[in-house]
Amino acid sequence: MVNEYQSTYTPNTPKIRQEMLSDIGVDSYKNLFSDIPEKYRFPELNLPSPTSELDLKNELSKIANKNSIPGDYSSFLGAGAYRHFIPSVVKQITSRSEFMTSYTPYQPEVSQGTLQAHFEFQSMVCELTDMEVANAGMYDGATSSAEAVLMACRVSKKFKVEIVGDVSPFYTDVIKTLTQATGIEISYNNIETILKNNDDESPACYVVQQPNFLGEISDPDQLKLLSNKNDALLVVISEPMFLSMYQTPSYYDADIVVAEGQPFGVSLTYGGPYAGLFACKKDYIRQLPGRIVGETIDSKNKKGYVLTLQTREQHIKRERATSNICTSVGLIALMSTVYMALQGKKGLKHLSELCYHKSHYAAEKINNLPGFKVQTNNFFKEFTMSCPISVKELNEYLHENKIIGGYDVSNFINNGMLLAITEMNSKEEIDNLITILSQV
Amino acid sequence: MNNSNTRKLLMDRSVEGKVGATMPSIDVPLQTLPDKKFLRENLAMPQVSENEIVRYFSSISQMNFSIDHNFYPLGSCTMKYNPKLNDDIAGFPGFNEIHPLQNVDTIQGALEIMFDLQNILAEITGMSGTSLAPMAGAEAELAGMLMIRAYHINREDFKRKKVIIPDSAHGTNPASAVMAGFEVISIPTDNNGNTNLEALKNVVDDSIAGLMLTQPSTLGLFDTNILEVVNIINSSGGLIYGDGANLNAILGKVKPGEIGFDVVHSNLHKTFTQPHGGGGPGAGAVMVSDKLIDFLPDPIITKNKMDKFDLSKPQKSIGKMGAFHGNFGALVRAYAYIRTLGKEGINNISEDAVINANYLRIKLKDTLDLPYDRICSHEVVFSAKTIKEKYGVNALDIAKRLIDYDIHPPTMYFPLIVEEALLVEPTETESKETLDEFIEVVKTICEEAKTNPDLLHNAPHNTPNTRLNEALAARNPKLNWRNTIEESN
Repeated sequence: MVNEYQSTYTPNTPKIRQEMLSDIGVDSYKNLFSDIPEKYRFPELNLPSPTSELDLKNELSKIANKNSIPGDYSSFLGAGAYRHFIPSVVKQITSRSEFMTSYTPYQPEVSQGTLQAHFEFQSMVCELTDMEVANAGMYDGATSSAEAVLMACRVSKKFKVEIVGDVSPFYTDVIKTLTQATGIEISYNNIETILKNNDDESPACYVVQQPNFLGEISDPDQLKLLSNKNDALLVVISEPMFLSMYQTPSYYDADIVVAEGQPFGVSLTYGGPYAGLFACKKDYIRQLPGRIVGETIDSKNKKGYVLTLQTREQHIKRERATSNICTSVGLIALMSTVYMALQGKKGLKHLSELCYHKSHYAAEKINNLPGFKVQTNNFFKEFTMSCPISVKELNEYLHENKIIGGYDVSNFINNGMLLAITEMNSKEEIDNLITILSQV
Repeated sequence: MNNSNTRKLLMDRSVEGKVGATMPSIDVPLQTLPDKKFLRENLAMPQVSENEIVRYFSSISQMNFSIDHNFYPLGSCTMKYNPKLNDDIAGFPGFNEIHPLQNVDTIQGALEIMFDLQNILAEITGMSGTSLAPMAGAEAELAGMLMIRAYHINREDFKRKKVIIPDSAHGTNPASAVMAGFEVISIPTDNNGNTNLEALKNVVDDSIAGLMLTQPSTLGLFDTNILEVVNIINSSGGLIYGDGANLNAILGKVKPGEIGFDVVHSNLHKTFTQPHGGGGPGAGAVMVSDKLIDFLPDPIITKNKMDKFDLSKPQKSIGKMGAFHGNFGALVRAYAYIRTLGKEGINNISEDAVINANYLRIKLKDTLDLPYDRICSHEVVFSAKTIKEKYGVNALDIAKRLIDYDIHPPTMYFPLIVEEALLVEPTETESKETLDEFIEVVKTICEEAKTNPDLLHNAPHNTPNTRLNEALAARNPKLNWRNTIEESN
């Protein structure tokens, strides 16, 4: 048996290392660490021993199997992360090492693949949101929302932000975290109150979620009134499958549109990595956070792509940068890019309508169950129902019956459960859910 | 590889009626659609067939350099080999398909991995607690600075509004400090590449919240003044933030927590091989000393006496960094990597990374300028200053010429304090053979600088594009296919 440890990831053998060390002019690698104060040098590292690929896969496979997998159950959980079908092409393309193992495209001559893909992404996000410009992606939908708030404050030079209606608490939490040291003041209000109110001073922005956290879709004409009420910018948090079917935010004159990109080609992965979409009017282009790819020409007049508008960025402006963000979540944005390319115009329309029909079919059945009531008037693929027992109890019962139930929104609606239904839920699954619910 | 067809965008390939994905059947009765004013009229997405899409993306991918194809000695970025088994493990359905809001009883396996990883990272850095919530290095920096802010406010010390950052720091450091509400005081580096102690003493007073320090620094040097620096800041009541971007150099060689750091972050996509993906996703973990443990971002993973894992919010948490619990897929990869290597392998990383960088330093010190002629850590900063003065060829030209030899350029013009900087980080996963080839190529290029400088000025020569006009892109932004340029060949 082999007894001397040699990692498969480090190619230099002890003999080669020794040759290199003598070229460097030292006896041992230890001499190369002599700048570290002696007292703290070479501490004991309490870690397990190396593991072979075979052993590790066996061990971690067992740990993975401790989790209940939505595919083995029928799942109706959404609330910001959704199970949609992912065509095989998405994984095959995004597993290509040319995309996967390349760096941020700072050297455009050797990164045209990434840059061109980012340009396609920006283009498709613009189409989807019907906005004029989009960046190459952000960490997730929640951080996109926080960056939108920060951007609105930079644009308007104001520091008051109004969150309108039932915006996801996961998003407002992140907005609070990322603005806590900026002096931005956040208040919460509903749209009716704001429209009635005749304040003289407008806030930096109104933040709405369409559809809102509980699934309710606002009337686009009412949102238009909000956006035209005063100088405040309108920040809209939306969802890509919804945007494929419903009135675009440009109809109600949104200034910034953000969304969680995960439903488009990204697996759930316990919450990340995902990619946030970020689009806005072109007037605000110089305040747009994140990576942006632009088209240009090379020294031979051939078309190509580069990272652009970098003068906003921290590696040039340092403490005067508009944001500290240093990633575009490139590979995840690529998943959504390939997904949108595959689905195309027809597929997105078909899928979004399919979600609509299935969720409305389920809602109608639920409304016929004694004790249950759908509380959302106007919804797309997700709605809230009130239940005759606590959501916690109900979810335990559903889990026993191989169903992962919806998200508990009891703090919004008494015994409220938020149910998401997508093309992944067959009629059989929905009917089975109804049967189980009828036994409660 | 670069025929004009490769560059044709999806929208220009679109033909009415083509489809790229099969449509699931409708198995429920059709429902009444909402009023028209709720619906959009048109969605201008491309219509392209599946094979055409696969060929398109495969073709454009080949315009990229990547670790799997090229030596990628990009200083400060730790472009090491990304083990394939990590991707397979992250792809296990039990990890890949679980929903972030599932009841914790149904995702104990996921929490177990996260709990273990928290402990491992705390052990490696010598800290007391870890949160895996930040989704990138810069977000971990921000989390760290927000914790420092919260710490002082919690002590009712409201006057600490400034943060000291050396001029060699990554640009994200000052940007993160500002987002955390601080004023940034920049201090110079001394002639040996260490923190300038006199300059530090001059700015330290009770308005200083802390210091952000990259160790080893972006010059690839371990600061030999470190204990004095820590002492000066601590005795003034400030805290020390350690930027862990260069953690690869010190794995198993020193624990930042033991020398007095209060926060350290780790870029899991650098040190722990989450693939860089053409600019993300990354993942940042943030580790803290006892002082800051109650302020960690939400969530942290805890284990109770019944060995049950849970998501917990620390008492005085600065809050959530993203909608859910961090970039779990990247955490699984980092965990698999650390477990594969174990104690012996983790120790090897820093040794081989440092040997490789010093080998390049010795072999190229007569070819390029070496501004700091001392033992370096995992990366070495050269300068093209002399070559520029003699032959009119700069760091950019040398970097671009390397591309013609299939080598990704090093980091250029960073750190900002080194003129004509070329920051080279070979990483531990490169063989001596690769380094010897690189050395020969750099020597050849420096010879070419003398004999045929235009060869460098016009490099690269064989790429899909020659040098691109970045000024034009910024002056006249064309950012999507509604708005593209006519090509003039």
